[in-house]
Amino acid sequence: MALRFEVLGRFNRARAAQLTLPHFVCQTPLFMPVGTQGTIKGLTTNQLEEIGCQIILGNTYHLALRPSSELIDELGGLHKFMNWPRALLTDSGGFQMVSLLHLADITEKGVTFQSPVDGKPMLLTPEESIQIQNRIGADIIMALDDVVRTTITGPRVEEAMYRTLRWIDRCIAAHKRPEEQNLFGIVQGGLDPVLRDICVRGLVDRKLPGYAIGGLSGGEDKNSFWRVVAQCTAALPDDKPRYVMGVGYPLDIVVCSALGADMYDCVYPTRTARFGTALVPEGVLKLKHKAMADDTRPIDPACMCMVCKNYTRAYIHCLVTKDAMGSQLLSYHNLYYMMKLSRDLHSSIIQERFPEFVCEFLQKMFPKGDVPEWVCNAMEVAGIDISCCCAPFSSSQD
Amino acid sequence: MSSAPDTSILTSLNIQHGTDLHEMKFAVTAWSKGRARVGVLQLANCPQPMETPALLLSTRKGLPVFISPDLLPSLPSPDSHLLQMSPLHFLDGISSKTISNIGGLHQMLGLHEYGFAAVPRDSIVCLPECDSTNKIGASFETPSGRRLIKPVEYMEMISSMKPSLWATLADEVPAWVSAKRNKASVDRTLRWLDECITLSPAGGAVFGAIVGGANVEERQRCAQEVAGRNVSGYWIGGFGLGESMDERPALLNAVADILPVERPRQICGLELPEEVLQGVAAGIDLFDSTYIYHLTLGGFALTFPLESIQRHEFDSRLSDVGSDHTKINLRATIYRKDTAPIVDNCNCYTCQNHTRAYINHLLNVHEMLAQILLEIHNTHHYLGFFRSIRTAIKEDNFEQFRQTFIDSRREHLNMTAVCASA
Repeated sequence: MALRFEVLGRFNRARAAQLTLPHFVCQTPLFMPVGTQGTIKGLTTNQLEEIGCQIILGNTYHLALRPSSELIDELGGLHKFMNWPRALLTDSGGFQMVSLLHLADITEKGVTFQSPVDGKPMLLTPEESIQIQNRIGADIIMALDDVVRTTITGPRVEEAMYRTLRWIDRCIAAHKRPEEQNLFGIVQGGLDPVLRDICVRGLVDRKLPGYAIGGLSGGEDKNSFWRVVAQCTAALPDDKPRYVMGVGYPLDIVVCSALGADMYDCVYPTRTARFGTALVPEGVLKLKHKAMADDTRPIDPACMCMVCKNYTRAYIHCLVTKDAMGSQLLSYHNLYYMMKLSRDLHSSIIQERFPEFVCEFLQKMFPKGDVPEWVCNAMEVAGIDISCCCAPFSSSQD
Repeated sequence: MSSAPDTSILTSLNIQHGTDLHEMKFAVTAWSKGRARVGVLQLANCPQPMETPALLLSTRKGLPVFISPDLLPSLPSPDSHLLQMSPLHFLDGISSKTISNIGGLHQMLGLHEYGFAAVPRDSIVCLPECDSTNKIGASFETPSGRRLIKPVEYMEMISSMKPSLWATLADEVPAWVSAKRNKASVDRTLRWLDECITLSPAGGAVFGAIVGGANVEERQRCAQEVAGRNVSGYWIGGFGLGESMDERPALLNAVADILPVERPRQICGLELPEEVLQGVAAGIDLFDSTYIYHLTLGGFALTFPLESIQRHEFDSRLSDVGSDHTKINLRATIYRKDTAPIVDNCNCYTCQNHTRAYINHLLNVHEMLAQILLEIHNTHHYLGFFRSIRTAIKEDNFEQFRQTFIDSRREHLNMTAVCASA
């Protein structure tokens, strides 16, 4: 194990912790921006440090294709290659093969896919995924799992869960750098609580440095989503980090944190920025909209980021989707927003005012009190009273 | 008409910068043999005076194409504080009224200590379209299509943007037009100059546009007329539009010899180092940096030595991929595993932080960071080139400097030719 996880504060299931990784001491809950090909699109590593990014994610599949894990290894690992001094996480590569490639076929040996280079069939085994990630050298590496869409039901979900459990042993056996890199196992099992339970138990038995909740954010309904998260976080060990994969909407992060999750990743903040959308406490602001053309306010008047301190919505409006600078400035703002959200979650838990923070967050996002039902349900399980921000019942209940 | 918060923005701007927001001072401080000169340009809102010959950084909508404003301070100061912008970039998307409400360019771009020079043509996405230009206004190909700009419309944009200095509207024509069309372009440019001056807002240094195509007499006629007007400086247009490099010195000298020495001269359309040297030799003070944009998009990085321009060992591997002794093409596979910075000892952000191998990878996978890093390095390097030019002039060494630079390039071309024929 190459990490230390110390819980610094709690509110019911929610926790604020210090996660010490080989390259950085992180404060959780935390959001990890996605730097697919060894760069967060449009931002320099200095800017990422300035914004407060603690750990960023690299995609094994993309990096293995270009520039190749051998080259990254030869040049001293991904940290050195992209000059990022803080922490890194790489995924297993399995998800990209299934999501990006039509002809991916999963067998007991591994994931067979068509090479995007020459079209020949190629095989990614658990051993190979770990070997590639060992060469890339991230602080956290992910086990190869058998991913199925959450919208799929039936025996395929069960098969995938058991296969994920069989593959974790092959991953552990193949892992050559356990003193420098932390292998996280991934809980699968679709939306079936029985399968999820078997998977969690199986993984916990392996005493891994950390655990991820996988197979979510694939179009399942929100009620199923938070119930799976709640079930897994309740069953996972208290002294290990818990990572909900592919989660990136601010609301989802707040809910999952209340349920006891610690880490998140998503392309959403940077991708939506490139399409001209800014994240704000009220939700989103579409800078492409005509109404922005003569709006002389900053994107978010309360935001302290470089973009909001200097630029009007009107100016950003004339850049977005036309000029590279539009993507750069909005990505900067959106990641700043995500980092601020992470810091606020951490500090409000430490300062024992987490429920107040959650209520303020919900009030800004749902000023009319129309907090979605699934959020109310999840918060009840999390033991957080949000009645003050839910309009119809706000005062009549007590 | 402006609403309450907007007025407060305007007030704070005035408090911050005083009333002489657009005052400009210029003085020539050193001459080399011939016409090359070093000057000092002081713009009211720039804390430090800038030396000329200087490079104006090309922008898209007021910001460098890829360098975000928080990265700008990593470039040499005050050298990097002159930005060139085209008002035509804002034809779509944001109205002059809104720009005016925000408080002008400096306020809108959050760059209070920078000088903005407004010129309609940017040589990248806004180009003069002389066939559609008529007596009413100048036609340009712009990102929002072909647009006819009348002097009154242009002046509306200038009044709302409040640039530190601006060039009057010109009818620029390529070198191959008929004598009649060329003469018409001079007549129109002079008429528009007077219209622009009449309509000009208080403040903002006016640079009178000089055209005349590839005809020395027309160039002289235009320069003579403009020299007689009440302007703070001169903007020389109509270059980089099909004239040969050989006919340029005569045209440039004809103009420079007529213009009063005590006012700055800006030029458009001289890109390459050799072309810049040609301009400097004729006594031009301000240049644009479209060269950097083109290099950056092509994956090129400038590498020529700055301290002393010297001859170099010829590496035949480099010529195959478009590299020469002044620049390298980072797309080339030879940089795949090259862990050196673009230029050893270069103290730009890119060279201090990243390797050739990393930039090669970013180019391969079409990541925007490649352009960001290349624009930073190339801008830094070209600003260094201008510093070397100024040093050479101050040391009365400019002609030798220029000759050495050109000779080493020529030598390289000869070597390439030898390699190719062998």
